[in-house]
Amino acid sequence: MSRKIRVLIAKPGLDGHDRGAKVVARALRDAGMEVIYTGIRQTPEQIANTAIQEGVDIIGLSCLSGAHNTLFPKVVEMLKQKGAGDIHIFGGGIIPVEDIPVLKKAGIREIFQPGTSTEDIIKYIHTHIIS
Amino acid sequence: MSKSIRVELDRWQKTALNKVLSKAPERESSFKTASEIEIKRLYTPLDLEDVEYCGDLGFPGEYPFTRGAQPTMYRGRFWTMRQYAGFATAEETNKRYKYLLDHGQTGLSVAFDLPTQIGYDSDHPLAEGEVGKSGVAIDTLKDMEILFDGIPLDKVSTSMTITSPAAIIFAMYIAVAEKQGAKAEVLQGTIQNDILKEYAARGTYIFPPLESMRITTDIFAFCKEHVPRWNSISVSGYHMREAGSSAVQEVAFTLANGIAYVEAAIRAGLDVDSFASRLSFFFNAHNNFLEEIAKFRAARRLWAKIMRERFKAKKDESCIMRFHTQTAGSALTYQQPDNNVVRVAFQALAAVLGGTQSLHTNSRDEAFALPSEDSVHIALRTQQIIAYESGVADTIDPMAGSYAIEAMTNDIEKKAMEYITRIDEMGGAVMAIGAGFIQREIADSAYQYQKEIESKKRVIVGVNKFQEDEEPLKDILRVQIESEILQKEKLSKIKKERESQKVQAALAALKKVAGGTGNLVFPILDAVRVYATVGEISDTLREVFGEHKET
Repeated sequence: MSRKIRVLIAKPGLDGHDRGAKVVARALRDAGMEVIYTGIRQTPEQIANTAIQEGVDIIGLSCLSGAHNTLFPKVVEMLKQKGAGDIHIFGGGIIPVEDIPVLKKAGIREIFQPGTSTEDIIKYIHTHIIS
Repeated sequence: MSKSIRVELDRWQKTALNKVLSKAPERESSFKTASEIEIKRLYTPLDLEDVEYCGDLGFPGEYPFTRGAQPTMYRGRFWTMRQYAGFATAEETNKRYKYLLDHGQTGLSVAFDLPTQIGYDSDHPLAEGEVGKSGVAIDTLKDMEILFDGIPLDKVSTSMTITSPAAIIFAMYIAVAEKQGAKAEVLQGTIQNDILKEYAARGTYIFPPLESMRITTDIFAFCKEHVPRWNSISVSGYHMREAGSSAVQEVAFTLANGIAYVEAAIRAGLDVDSFASRLSFFFNAHNNFLEEIAKFRAARRLWAKIMRERFKAKKDESCIMRFHTQTAGSALTYQQPDNNVVRVAFQALAAVLGGTQSLHTNSRDEAFALPSEDSVHIALRTQQIIAYESGVADTIDPMAGSYAIEAMTNDIEKKAMEYITRIDEMGGAVMAIGAGFIQREIADSAYQYQKEIESKKRVIVGVNKFQEDEEPLKDILRVQIESEILQKEKLSKIKKERESQKVQAALAALKKVAGGTGNLVFPILDAVRVYATVGEISDTLREVFGEHKET
């Protein structure tokens, strides 16, 4: 019997736009995954700690405030510092296209743009995480 | 007459209609709005049999204000064209304001960055990466002086989207005006000052609800005495709608919050007729054109009834709902962004047909970044085309009397009132938000909406139908990291130059008032005048009030 994939959906920084994060969290739950949602206004360190404590397979970061270039790489850095640099991270929000290569280089594996269906995110997770 | 219409309707259904339906079924088995309002095939006078013209619709500028807040509406003067803007530093934003005013904008609307909205200075660790990103960074009075440099505050009206630190930013505005030689009593504008929707949807809260409500009512009391032409609150449905609520929920939750503020002010000893006319509202204009027009009309009528029947307001002015509208940011698509120009035009038209007092039109590129100057230009021109070319501003409330619009206005009012009754049963909006009820209702609607898009039950042009391969939009606005560095340098310079003893004394005085029951606006004014920072003043209040944590 396959185990459930464990996902952390997290909101780094001061941004309060949580509609997308909540919708994605619920869609992943409906798709049979275990989902932990952090709530808003989390520091990169808090996110890394939660990811480690909850033993998640994958983290989805959401940011619509424009602070993604600072905050997303910090989450990667924090995870590395805490010995959990192997956790897969993807992101979404209002993220200019030219920032995507920079974020990928920093260790964010994929960026989903507005209009992405939750089906695509579910497929993406199933492709990258073996349950 | 009704009898003959009923007979004729019946005949039509059995003959002409059935003949077509038997050959060609309709597109859907039933048509519903996202508010679960059943849209009928055809509305007739039979749907308005219970409507009593004088009592339910009346005349513009008269109770119950269904037909408009003011007797001449746009025949007298167009709505205020007020584009929400702010980014990077006060210097950059000041340039954008001058550009907008030069292009015919008629009021200002300030967007503050998140650190400012949450009471952190630009050099706070939690502000890193956020400075100047979603609005302009304001740390001290100096920044506000630069922001409004060359803009006469006794002439322009200014709306400021600020809530938790509303008293601080408002105090700075008054101080800047004084430096320009303008007295507080002539100032016109609005501060958002609506904390309940921050807990429910928007997220820029600092203090716990009770303490936050005290700041709100202190501002009411202060404005009543010293800034009488200022709107002391903008009770906002916009953000709850953006978070996913339906039109009915937007009306219901906004008015429920409005009720909570009125109750708090009455508890604080204010007479309802002394402050009610300075309450203003803020709504979203979303995609469903007819439902949105009906929503604005229903909200205006329902608020009037609440003020008169529930709060026993004596003055008619106390019953008027005046509101600002912004088109729906969440309806903007990343795909085929030029289509957003068309969406915004319809949404803006709905707001005008709904009788808005001021309007912000979104820019086509806001699913990518803050809007570029070119995109803002089209957005402003959209309003001007509606105003000057479309003709809809030449007669008041032109949609009134439409069987469909009046029936939908009734439906929305009724359904919103059902929600308000449920919220009353929970002990009011503060309790309903505390219990997570409003947040859950919004999240459920948001999820439902997304599922409908994914199942293609709801079509979004260019997103789930008529898609095409395209290159992402270029030439978007970038706020460079240099802005953050520059802002921190400015802050550190001010901290060195100001008289720190005076700052410490002002903060100590504020702390004392915060621990007692005095009006907080006075010591905050004293503190901003000596260049205490937004962060220092907020921290002083944090020490006394504590901080709210999301549950």
